[in-house]
Amino acid sequence: MRRVAIIGVGMTEFGELWDQSFRDIGIMAGFEALHDANVSSEKIDAMFVGNMSAGRFIEQEHVGALVADYSGIAKNHIPSTRVEAGGASGALAVRQAFLSIASGMHDIVVVGGAEKMTDVGDAEITNIQSATSDQEWETVFGATYPSLYALMASRHMHEYGTTREMLSSIAVKNHKQGCLNPKAQFKREIKLEDVARSPPVALPIRTLDCAPISDGAAAVVMCPLDIAKKFTERPVEILASAQASDTLALNQRRSITEMAASKVAARRAFDMAKLSPSDMDVAEVHDNFTISEIMAIEDIGFFPKGQGGKASLEGKTSLNGDIAVNTSGGLKARGDPLGATGVAQIVELVQQLRGKADKRQVPDARYGVAQNVGGTGATVIIHVLGVEQ
Amino acid sequence: MTKTPRYWRENTSRYNMIGAKCANCGKNYFPYRTMCPDCGRKSIGKMEEFRFSGAGKVFASTVVHEAHEQYEMMKPYILALIETDEGAKILGQIIDAEPEEIKIGTRVKSTFRKLGEEGKAGTIYYGYKFVKE
Repeated sequence: MRRVAIIGVGMTEFGELWDQSFRDIGIMAGFEALHDANVSSEKIDAMFVGNMSAGRFIEQEHVGALVADYSGIAKNHIPSTRVEAGGASGALAVRQAFLSIASGMHDIVVVGGAEKMTDVGDAEITNIQSATSDQEWETVFGATYPSLYALMASRHMHEYGTTREMLSSIAVKNHKQGCLNPKAQFKREIKLEDVARSPPVALPIRTLDCAPISDGAAAVVMCPLDIAKKFTERPVEILASAQASDTLALNQRRSITEMAASKVAARRAFDMAKLSPSDMDVAEVHDNFTISEIMAIEDIGFFPKGQGGKASLEGKTSLNGDIAVNTSGGLKARGDPLGATGVAQIVELVQQLRGKADKRQVPDARYGVAQNVGGTGATVIIHVLGVEQ
Repeated sequence: MTKTPRYWRENTSRYNMIGAKCANCGKNYFPYRTMCPDCGRKSIGKMEEFRFSGAGKVFASTVVHEAHEQYEMMKPYILALIETDEGAKILGQIIDAEPEEIKIGTRVKSTFRKLGEEGKAGTIYYGYKFVKE
Protein backbone atom coordinates (compact mmCIF):
# COMPACT_ATOMS: atom_id res chain seq x y z
CA MET A 1 0.00 0.00 0.00
CA ARG A 2 1.34 3.44 -0.92
CA ARG A 3 1.47 6.29 1.58
CA VAL A 4 -0.91 9.14 0.74
CA ALA A 5 -0.62 12.89 1.27
CA ILE A 6 -2.82 15.95 0.99
CA ILE A 7 -1.23 18.67 -1.13
CA GLY A 8 -3.99 21.23 -1.48
CA VAL A 9 -7.15 22.38 0.31
CA GLY A 10 -9.96 24.79 -0.43
CA MET A 11 -13.40 25.70 0.83
CA THR A 12 -16.14 28.24 0.36
CA GLU A 13 -17.57 30.26 3.15
CA PHE A 14 -20.29 28.20 4.87
CA GLY A 15 -23.71 29.71 5.42
CA GLU A 16 -26.88 30.72 3.63
CA LEU A 17 -25.36 31.44 0.22
CA TRP A 18 -28.45 32.69 -1.58
CA ASP A 19 -26.62 34.03 -4.62
CA GLN A 20 -24.63 30.84 -5.27
CA SER A 21 -25.78 27.57 -6.80
CA PHE A 22 -24.61 24.01 -6.09
CA ARG A 23 -22.29 24.13 -9.09
CA ASP A 24 -20.94 27.57 -8.13
CA ILE A 25 -19.82 26.44 -4.67
CA GLY A 26 -18.52 23.07 -5.87
CA ILE A 27 -16.28 24.71 -8.43
CA MET A 28 -15.09 27.47 -6.12
CA ALA A 29 -13.83 25.02 -3.50
CA GLY A 30 -12.19 22.84 -6.15
CA PHE A 31 -10.38 25.73 -7.80
CA GLU A 32 -9.04 26.93 -4.48
CA ALA A 33 -7.72 23.44 -3.67
CA LEU A 34 -6.08 23.00 -7.10
CA HIS A 35 -4.52 26.44 -6.88
CA ASP A 36 -3.25 25.64 -3.39
CA ALA A 37 -1.77 22.34 -4.65
CA ASN A 38 -0.26 24.04 -7.67
CA VAL A 39 -1.73 21.31 -9.89
CA SER A 40 -3.11 21.90 -13.36
CA SER A 41 -6.35 20.19 -14.26
CA GLU A 42 -4.88 17.85 -16.92
CA LYS A 43 -2.80 16.15 -14.18
CA ILE A 44 -5.89 14.96 -12.32
CA ASP A 45 -6.56 11.22 -12.57
CA ALA A 46 -9.85 10.95 -10.73
CA MET A 47 -12.43 12.79 -8.68
CA PHE A 48 -14.70 11.80 -5.79
CA VAL A 49 -17.64 13.96 -4.76
CA GLY A 50 -19.23 13.65 -1.32
CA ASN A 51 -22.85 14.68 -1.43
CA MET A 52 -25.76 13.49 0.67
CA SER A 53 -28.94 14.53 -1.03
CA ALA A 54 -28.69 16.78 -4.10
CA GLY A 55 -31.57 14.75 -5.54
CA ARG A 56 -33.88 16.12 -2.89
CA PHE A 57 -32.30 19.50 -2.16
CA ILE A 58 -31.93 20.65 -5.78
CA GLU A 59 -33.52 17.76 -7.70
CA GLN A 60 -30.18 17.05 -9.32
CA GLU A 61 -28.65 13.59 -9.30
CA HIS A 62 -25.49 12.58 -11.14
CA VAL A 63 -23.50 15.29 -9.38
CA GLY A 64 -20.18 13.44 -9.84
CA ALA A 65 -20.42 14.20 -13.53
CA LEU A 66 -21.82 17.68 -12.92
CA VAL A 67 -18.90 18.79 -10.74
CA ALA A 68 -16.34 17.27 -13.13
CA ASP A 69 -18.02 19.05 -16.03
CA TYR A 70 -18.15 22.53 -14.51
CA SER A 71 -14.64 22.21 -13.08
CA GLY A 72 -13.52 21.81 -16.68
CA ILE A 73 -12.05 18.36 -16.19
CA ALA A 74 -14.78 16.32 -17.89
CA LYS A 75 -13.00 17.17 -21.15
CA ASN A 76 -10.24 14.79 -20.00
CA HIS A 77 -12.88 12.13 -19.30
CA ILE A 78 -11.51 11.24 -15.86
CA PRO A 79 -13.63 9.00 -13.63
CA SER A 80 -15.75 11.12 -11.28
CA THR A 81 -17.71 9.31 -8.59
CA ARG A 82 -20.32 10.64 -6.20
CA VAL A 83 -20.41 8.84 -2.85
CA GLU A 84 -23.05 8.94 -0.12
CA ALA A 85 -23.17 7.92 3.53
CA GLY A 86 -25.55 10.54 4.96
CA GLY A 87 -23.66 13.17 6.93
CA ALA A 88 -20.47 11.14 6.51
CA SER A 89 -20.48 11.48 2.72
CA GLY A 90 -17.58 13.95 2.77
CA ALA A 91 -15.19 11.74 4.72
CA LEU A 92 -16.29 8.79 2.60
CA ALA A 93 -15.16 10.68 -0.51
CA VAL A 94 -11.80 11.40 1.16
CA ARG A 95 -11.51 7.71 2.06
CA GLN A 96 -12.31 6.55 -1.48
CA ALA A 97 -9.60 8.86 -2.82
CA PHE A 98 -7.20 7.56 -0.17
CA LEU A 99 -7.92 3.94 -1.15
CA SER A 100 -7.56 4.66 -4.86
CA ILE A 101 -4.15 6.29 -4.37
CA ALA A 102 -2.91 3.79 -1.76
CA SER A 103 -3.81 0.93 -4.08
CA GLY A 104 -1.73 2.39 -6.91
CA MET A 105 -4.75 2.92 -9.13
CA HIS A 106 -4.59 6.73 -9.28
CA ASP A 107 -1.93 9.34 -8.58
CA ILE A 108 -3.57 12.74 -8.35
CA VAL A 109 -7.11 12.75 -7.05
CA VAL A 110 -9.44 15.63 -6.23
CA VAL A 111 -12.06 15.25 -3.52
CA GLY A 112 -15.00 17.59 -3.33
CA GLY A 113 -17.79 17.75 -0.78
CA ALA A 114 -20.79 19.94 -1.44
CA GLU A 115 -24.35 20.49 -0.30
CA LYS A 116 -26.82 23.20 -1.24
CA MET A 117 -29.50 23.01 1.46
CA THR A 118 -31.28 26.37 1.32
CA ASP A 119 -33.00 25.95 -2.05
CA VAL A 120 -35.84 24.10 -0.29
CA GLY A 121 -38.05 25.21 2.61
CA ASP A 122 -37.55 24.34 6.27
CA ALA A 123 -40.22 21.62 6.32
CA GLU A 124 -38.57 19.77 3.46
CA ILE A 125 -35.13 20.16 5.06
CA THR A 126 -36.50 18.47 8.20
CA ASN A 127 -37.70 15.56 6.05
CA ILE A 128 -34.42 15.24 4.17
CA GLN A 129 -32.32 15.32 7.34
CA SER A 130 -34.25 12.43 8.82
CA ALA A 131 -33.80 10.38 5.65
CA THR A 132 -30.50 9.09 7.05
CA SER A 133 -32.33 7.40 9.93
CA ASP A 134 -34.74 4.48 9.46
CA GLN A 135 -37.73 5.76 7.46
CA GLU A 136 -39.87 2.66 8.04
CA TRP A 137 -39.30 2.23 11.77
CA GLU A 138 -38.28 5.64 13.12
CA THR A 139 -39.58 8.52 11.01
CA VAL A 140 -43.04 7.04 10.56
CA PHE A 141 -43.55 7.06 14.33
CA GLY A 142 -42.78 10.77 14.52
CA ALA A 143 -39.04 10.61 15.06
CA THR A 144 -37.21 13.63 13.73
CA TYR A 145 -33.44 13.59 13.30
CA PRO A 146 -32.84 15.77 16.41
CA SER A 147 -35.27 13.64 18.45
CA LEU A 148 -33.09 10.56 17.99
CA TYR A 149 -30.08 12.46 19.32
CA ALA A 150 -32.33 13.72 22.13
CA LEU A 151 -32.91 10.09 23.13
CA MET A 152 -29.14 9.57 23.25
CA ALA A 153 -28.76 12.75 25.31
CA SER A 154 -31.50 11.78 27.76
CA ARG A 155 -29.88 8.40 28.32
CA HIS A 156 -26.39 9.94 28.64
CA MET A 157 -27.71 12.35 31.27
CA HIS A 158 -29.36 9.44 33.10
CA GLU A 159 -26.37 7.10 33.05
CA TYR A 160 -23.52 9.55 33.59
CA GLY A 161 -25.05 12.64 35.15
CA THR A 162 -24.32 14.78 32.10
CA THR A 163 -25.99 18.15 32.67
CA ARG A 164 -27.69 20.88 30.65
CA GLU A 165 -24.70 23.11 31.39
CA MET A 166 -22.26 20.53 30.02
CA LEU A 167 -24.22 20.28 26.75
CA SER A 168 -24.34 24.07 26.50
CA SER A 169 -20.59 24.35 27.03
CA ILE A 170 -20.00 22.60 23.68
CA ALA A 171 -22.03 25.18 21.76
CA VAL A 172 -20.40 28.06 23.66
CA LYS A 173 -16.88 26.77 22.92
CA ASN A 174 -17.58 26.08 19.24
CA HIS A 175 -19.16 29.49 18.71
CA LYS A 176 -16.16 31.11 20.36
CA GLN A 177 -13.79 29.20 18.08
CA GLY A 178 -15.96 29.90 15.04
CA CYS A 179 -15.30 33.62 15.62
CA LEU A 180 -11.67 32.94 14.69
CA ASN A 181 -12.56 31.17 11.42
CA PRO A 182 -13.24 33.61 8.56
CA LYS A 183 -15.24 30.95 6.69
CA ALA A 184 -17.51 29.98 9.58
CA GLN A 185 -21.26 30.50 9.33
CA PHE A 186 -21.51 31.96 12.83
CA LYS A 187 -18.92 34.42 14.03
CA ARG A 188 -20.60 35.46 17.24
CA GLU A 189 -20.16 34.30 20.79
CA ILE A 190 -23.02 32.88 22.82
CA LYS A 191 -23.39 32.27 26.56
CA LEU A 192 -24.35 29.14 28.49
CA GLU A 193 -27.72 30.67 29.37
CA ASP A 194 -28.44 31.51 25.71
CA VAL A 195 -28.29 27.81 24.88
CA ALA A 196 -30.42 26.79 27.86
CA ARG A 197 -33.05 29.42 26.98
CA SER A 198 -33.18 28.79 23.23
CA PRO A 199 -36.43 27.29 21.86
CA PRO A 200 -36.95 23.54 22.39
CA VAL A 201 -36.46 21.26 19.38
CA ALA A 202 -36.64 17.81 20.98
CA LEU A 203 -35.82 18.07 24.67
CA PRO A 204 -33.19 18.14 26.04
CA ILE A 205 -32.04 19.39 22.62
CA ARG A 206 -32.71 23.08 21.99
CA THR A 207 -32.08 25.26 18.95
CA LEU A 208 -28.57 26.26 20.05
CA ASP A 209 -27.64 22.61 20.61
CA CYS A 210 -28.08 22.00 16.86
CA ALA A 211 -25.75 22.62 13.94
CA PRO A 212 -27.37 25.03 11.47
CA ILE A 213 -28.66 24.52 7.94
CA SER A 214 -25.87 25.50 5.58
CA ASP A 215 -24.70 25.74 2.02
CA GLY A 216 -21.05 25.13 1.32
CA ALA A 217 -18.36 23.14 -0.36
CA ALA A 218 -14.84 21.99 0.50
CA ALA A 219 -12.14 20.25 -1.52
CA VAL A 220 -8.77 18.58 -1.09
CA VAL A 221 -6.15 17.38 -3.56
CA MET A 222 -4.31 14.17 -2.74
CA CYS A 223 -1.39 12.22 -4.21
CA PRO A 224 1.18 9.55 -3.22
CA LEU A 225 3.43 10.85 -0.43
CA ASP A 226 6.59 10.14 -2.45
CA ILE A 227 5.72 12.78 -5.07
CA ALA A 228 3.98 15.23 -2.74
CA LYS A 229 7.06 17.43 -2.28
CA LYS A 230 6.90 18.29 -5.99
CA PHE A 231 3.74 20.24 -5.24
CA THR A 232 4.11 21.53 -1.72
CA GLU A 233 6.80 22.07 0.88
CA ARG A 234 4.62 20.81 3.65
CA PRO A 235 2.54 17.79 2.62
CA VAL A 236 0.15 16.45 5.24
CA GLU A 237 0.09 12.66 5.35
CA ILE A 238 -3.09 10.66 5.83
CA LEU A 239 -1.72 8.23 8.41
CA ALA A 240 -4.96 6.30 8.73
CA SER A 241 -8.40 6.00 7.23
CA ALA A 242 -11.00 3.83 8.97
CA GLN A 243 -14.69 3.31 8.48
CA ALA A 244 -17.22 1.36 10.54
CA SER A 245 -20.93 0.65 10.36
CA ASP A 246 -23.68 -0.02 12.88
CA THR A 247 -27.43 -0.64 12.86
CA LEU A 248 -29.38 2.00 10.95
CA ALA A 249 -31.99 2.41 13.68
CA LEU A 250 -31.24 3.41 17.26
CA ASN A 251 -33.56 0.80 18.81
CA GLN A 252 -31.36 -2.03 17.53
CA ARG A 253 -28.33 -0.95 19.56
CA ARG A 254 -27.32 -2.29 22.94
CA SER A 255 -26.10 1.13 24.06
CA ILE A 256 -27.17 4.56 22.85
CA THR A 257 -24.73 6.52 25.01
CA GLU A 258 -21.89 5.61 22.71
CA MET A 259 -21.50 5.16 18.98
CA ALA A 260 -19.99 1.71 18.67
CA ALA A 261 -18.96 2.49 15.08
CA SER A 262 -17.06 5.50 16.33
CA LYS A 263 -15.17 3.46 18.93
CA VAL A 264 -14.29 0.74 16.41
CA ALA A 265 -13.28 3.15 13.65
CA ALA A 266 -11.12 5.11 16.11
CA ARG A 267 -9.39 1.94 17.33
CA ARG A 268 -8.74 0.82 13.75
CA ALA A 269 -7.44 4.25 12.79
CA PHE A 270 -5.08 4.58 15.76
CA ASP A 271 -3.81 1.02 15.15
CA MET A 272 -3.15 1.85 11.51
CA ALA A 273 -1.38 5.11 12.37
CA LYS A 274 0.51 3.44 15.25
CA LEU A 275 -0.56 6.33 17.45
CA SER A 276 -2.91 6.81 20.37
CA PRO A 277 -5.53 9.45 21.25
CA SER A 278 -3.03 11.13 23.58
CA ASP A 279 -0.73 11.80 20.60
CA MET A 280 -3.35 14.03 18.97
CA ASP A 281 -2.94 17.81 19.09
CA VAL A 282 -6.17 18.74 17.35
CA ALA A 283 -9.49 17.05 16.55
CA GLU A 284 -12.45 17.83 14.32
CA VAL A 285 -15.47 15.87 15.48
CA HIS A 286 -19.06 15.60 14.28
CA ASP A 287 -20.94 17.96 16.62
CA ASN A 288 -24.21 18.02 14.71
CA PHE A 289 -25.72 18.26 18.20
CA THR A 290 -23.93 19.17 21.43
CA ILE A 291 -24.42 15.62 22.81
CA SER A 292 -22.62 14.28 19.70
CA GLU A 293 -19.37 16.03 20.60
CA ILE A 294 -19.54 14.67 24.14
CA MET A 295 -20.00 11.13 22.84
CA ALA A 296 -17.33 11.65 20.16
CA ILE A 297 -14.57 12.72 22.54
CA GLU A 298 -15.38 9.71 24.73
CA ASP A 299 -15.64 7.21 21.88
CA ILE A 300 -12.43 8.40 20.21
CA GLY A 301 -10.71 7.86 23.54
CA PHE A 302 -9.80 11.35 24.74
CA PHE A 303 -11.86 10.89 27.91
CA PRO A 304 -13.36 7.91 29.72
CA LYS A 305 -17.03 7.12 28.95
CA GLY A 306 -19.26 9.51 30.82
CA GLN A 307 -16.56 12.12 31.44
CA GLY A 308 -16.87 14.00 28.12
CA GLY A 309 -19.39 16.53 29.39
CA LYS A 310 -17.43 17.35 32.53
CA ALA A 311 -14.18 17.67 30.54
CA SER A 312 -15.86 20.06 28.11
CA LEU A 313 -17.31 22.23 30.85
CA GLU A 314 -13.85 22.42 32.43
CA GLY A 315 -12.39 23.72 29.15
CA LYS A 316 -10.22 20.69 28.45
CA THR A 317 -11.31 20.65 24.79
CA SER A 318 -10.94 24.36 24.06
CA LEU A 319 -8.12 25.90 22.02
CA ASN A 320 -5.79 26.03 25.00
CA GLY A 321 -7.02 22.80 26.58
CA ASP A 322 -5.58 19.28 26.70
CA ILE A 323 -6.92 18.50 23.22
CA ALA A 324 -8.25 21.26 20.95
CA VAL A 325 -11.59 20.04 19.62
CA ASN A 326 -13.34 21.70 16.68
CA THR A 327 -10.97 24.63 16.25
CA SER A 328 -12.91 25.47 13.07
CA GLY A 329 -16.05 26.08 15.11
CA GLY A 330 -17.24 22.56 14.32
CA LEU A 331 -20.51 21.77 12.65
CA LYS A 332 -22.17 24.04 15.21
CA ALA A 333 -20.48 27.29 14.20
CA ARG A 334 -18.57 26.61 10.98
CA GLY A 335 -21.81 25.23 9.54
CA ASP A 336 -22.95 21.79 8.40
CA PRO A 337 -23.55 21.48 4.67
CA LEU A 338 -23.92 17.70 5.01
CA GLY A 339 -21.79 16.30 2.16
CA ALA A 340 -19.20 19.08 2.56
CA THR A 341 -18.71 18.66 6.30
CA GLY A 342 -16.35 15.67 6.29
CA VAL A 343 -14.12 17.35 3.71
CA ALA A 344 -14.17 20.66 5.62
CA GLN A 345 -12.95 18.80 8.72
CA ILE A 346 -9.92 17.61 6.73
CA VAL A 347 -9.34 21.14 5.40
CA GLU A 348 -9.21 22.41 8.99
CA LEU A 349 -6.78 19.71 10.11
CA VAL A 350 -4.49 20.43 7.14
CA GLN A 351 -4.45 24.14 8.00
CA GLN A 352 -3.63 23.33 11.61
CA LEU A 353 -0.86 20.88 10.69
CA ARG A 354 0.63 23.32 8.20
CA GLY A 355 0.68 25.92 10.96
CA LYS A 356 -1.59 28.16 8.88
CA ALA A 357 -4.66 28.30 11.09
CA ASP A 358 -3.97 31.91 12.02
CA LYS A 359 -5.72 33.07 15.21
CA ARG A 360 -7.03 29.59 15.99
CA GLN A 361 -3.66 27.87 15.51
CA VAL A 362 -2.81 25.12 17.98
CA PRO A 363 0.93 25.64 18.65
CA ASP A 364 3.19 23.00 17.05
CA ALA A 365 0.28 20.81 15.96
CA ARG A 366 1.69 17.60 14.52
CA TYR A 367 -1.16 15.07 14.60
CA GLY A 368 -4.88 15.52 14.08
CA VAL A 369 -7.96 13.32 13.94
CA ALA A 370 -11.29 13.84 12.17
CA GLN A 371 -14.54 12.02 12.96
CA ASN A 372 -17.47 12.22 10.52
CA VAL A 373 -20.83 10.60 11.32
CA GLY A 374 -23.70 9.44 9.10
CA GLY A 375 -27.23 9.20 10.50
CA THR A 376 -27.24 8.43 14.21
CA GLY A 377 -23.91 6.61 13.97
CA ALA A 378 -24.65 3.89 11.40
CA THR A 379 -21.56 5.08 9.52
CA VAL A 380 -18.53 6.61 11.21
CA ILE A 381 -15.34 7.51 9.36
CA ILE A 382 -12.13 8.48 11.11
CA HIS A 383 -8.98 9.91 9.56
CA VAL A 384 -5.68 10.53 11.30
CA LEU A 385 -3.41 13.13 9.71
CA GLY A 386 0.17 14.03 10.51
CA VAL A 387 3.19 16.05 9.43
CA GLU A 388 6.90 15.51 9.76
CA GLN A 389 8.47 17.66 12.39
CA MET B 1 -42.88 10.94 3.01
CA THR B 2 -44.42 7.46 3.20
CA LYS B 3 -46.44 6.30 0.20
CA THR B 4 -49.32 3.87 0.53
CA PRO B 5 -47.91 0.56 -0.78
CA ARG B 6 -44.72 1.07 1.13
CA TYR B 7 -46.68 1.59 4.30
CA TRP B 8 -49.21 -1.13 3.67
CA ARG B 9 -46.46 -3.72 3.20
CA GLU B 10 -45.50 -3.41 6.88
CA ASN B 11 -49.07 -3.32 8.22
CA THR B 12 -49.08 -6.79 9.77
CA SER B 13 -45.99 -5.95 11.73
CA ARG B 14 -47.14 -2.48 12.73
CA TYR B 15 -50.67 -3.58 13.68
CA ASN B 16 -49.64 -6.63 15.68
CA MET B 17 -46.08 -5.82 16.77
CA ILE B 18 -44.66 -8.81 15.03
CA GLY B 19 -40.90 -9.11 15.05
CA ALA B 20 -38.64 -12.10 14.77
CA LYS B 21 -37.13 -14.70 17.06
CA CYS B 22 -33.98 -16.60 16.14
CA ALA B 23 -34.54 -20.32 16.73
CA ASN B 24 -30.79 -20.76 16.87
CA CYS B 25 -29.97 -18.43 19.80
CA GLY B 26 -33.41 -17.43 21.08
CA LYS B 27 -32.88 -13.67 20.73
CA ASN B 28 -35.80 -11.56 19.58
CA TYR B 29 -35.77 -8.60 17.20
CA PHE B 30 -38.09 -5.80 16.22
CA PRO B 31 -38.86 -5.27 13.36
CA TYR B 32 -38.68 -8.62 11.61
CA ARG B 33 -35.28 -9.70 10.26
CA THR B 34 -34.64 -12.55 7.87
CA MET B 35 -31.28 -13.20 9.45
CA CYS B 36 -30.00 -13.01 13.04
CA PRO B 37 -27.02 -10.62 13.14
CA ASP B 38 -25.44 -12.73 15.90
CA CYS B 39 -25.90 -16.15 14.27
CA GLY B 40 -25.44 -15.24 10.61
CA ARG B 41 -26.08 -18.08 8.21
CA LYS B 42 -26.89 -20.51 11.02
CA SER B 43 -30.13 -18.54 11.42
CA ILE B 44 -31.22 -18.64 7.78
CA GLY B 45 -34.59 -20.36 7.56
CA LYS B 46 -34.79 -20.43 11.34
CA MET B 47 -36.22 -16.97 11.98
CA GLU B 48 -39.72 -17.28 13.40
CA GLU B 49 -42.38 -14.60 13.63
CA PHE B 50 -42.55 -13.37 17.19
CA ARG B 51 -45.38 -11.29 18.61
CA PHE B 52 -44.37 -8.75 21.26
CA SER B 53 -46.75 -8.15 24.17
CA GLY B 54 -46.26 -4.38 23.85
CA ALA B 55 -45.41 -4.10 27.55
CA GLY B 56 -42.15 -2.68 28.74
CA LYS B 57 -40.44 0.28 30.33
CA VAL B 58 -39.06 3.59 29.12
CA PHE B 59 -35.38 3.32 28.15
CA ALA B 60 -35.01 6.93 26.95
CA SER B 61 -37.47 9.68 26.09
CA THR B 62 -37.76 13.12 24.55
CA VAL B 63 -40.45 15.72 23.96
CA VAL B 64 -40.61 16.67 20.29
CA HIS B 65 -41.36 20.38 19.73
CA GLU B 66 -40.29 20.69 16.09
CA ALA B 67 -42.06 17.99 14.12
CA HIS B 68 -42.34 16.77 10.57
CA GLU B 69 -45.17 18.53 8.74
CA GLN B 70 -47.56 15.59 9.04
CA TYR B 71 -47.14 15.46 12.84
CA GLU B 72 -47.47 19.22 13.39
CA MET B 73 -50.93 18.76 14.93
CA MET B 74 -49.57 16.40 17.58
CA LYS B 75 -46.71 18.52 18.89
CA PRO B 76 -45.38 18.67 21.47
CA TYR B 77 -45.39 14.88 21.80
CA ILE B 78 -43.41 12.36 23.78
CA LEU B 79 -41.21 9.99 21.78
CA ALA B 80 -39.49 7.14 23.57
CA LEU B 81 -37.41 4.05 23.20
CA ILE B 82 -39.21 1.28 25.04
CA GLU B 83 -37.35 -1.71 26.40
CA THR B 84 -39.91 -4.48 25.95
CA ASP B 85 -40.38 -7.22 28.53
CA GLU B 86 -39.26 -9.67 25.84
CA GLY B 87 -35.95 -7.86 25.33
CA ALA B 88 -35.92 -5.92 22.06
CA LYS B 89 -36.28 -2.14 22.11
CA ILE B 90 -39.10 -0.44 20.18
CA LEU B 91 -39.45 3.24 19.29
CA GLY B 92 -42.83 4.92 19.62
CA GLN B 93 -44.84 7.83 20.95
CA ILE B 94 -46.22 7.86 24.48
CA ILE B 95 -49.69 9.39 24.58
CA ASP B 96 -52.28 10.40 27.19
CA ALA B 97 -49.50 11.44 29.55
CA GLU B 98 -47.76 14.66 30.55
CA PRO B 99 -43.99 14.79 29.93
CA GLU B 100 -43.27 15.02 33.68
CA GLU B 101 -45.06 11.69 34.26
CA ILE B 102 -42.62 9.90 31.96
CA LYS B 103 -39.24 8.95 33.34
CA ILE B 104 -36.66 6.34 32.47
CA GLY B 105 -38.07 3.12 33.91
CA THR B 106 -41.76 4.14 33.69
CA ARG B 107 -43.93 1.10 32.79
CA VAL B 108 -45.86 1.38 29.51
CA LYS B 109 -48.01 -0.80 27.27
CA SER B 110 -48.82 -0.51 23.59
CA THR B 111 -52.10 0.69 22.17
CA PHE B 112 -53.48 0.72 18.61
CA ARG B 113 -53.74 4.27 17.22
CA LYS B 114 -53.72 6.40 14.13
CA LEU B 115 -50.15 7.35 13.24
CA GLY B 116 -50.70 9.78 10.40
CA GLU B 117 -52.31 10.34 7.06
CA GLU B 118 -51.40 11.11 3.49
CA GLY B 119 -52.83 14.60 3.12
CA LYS B 120 -56.49 15.50 3.70
CA ALA B 121 -58.05 12.87 1.45
CA GLY B 122 -55.32 10.23 1.55
CA THR B 123 -54.83 6.94 3.32
CA ILE B 124 -54.74 6.93 7.12
CA TYR B 125 -51.91 5.01 8.73
CA TYR B 126 -52.41 3.01 11.88
CA GLY B 127 -49.99 1.35 14.23
CA TYR B 128 -48.85 1.29 17.84
CA LYS B 129 -48.27 3.99 20.37
CA PHE B 130 -47.69 3.55 24.10
CA VAL B 131 -49.63 4.55 27.21
CA LYS B 132 -48.73 4.30 30.88
CA GLU B 133 -49.48 0.84 32.25
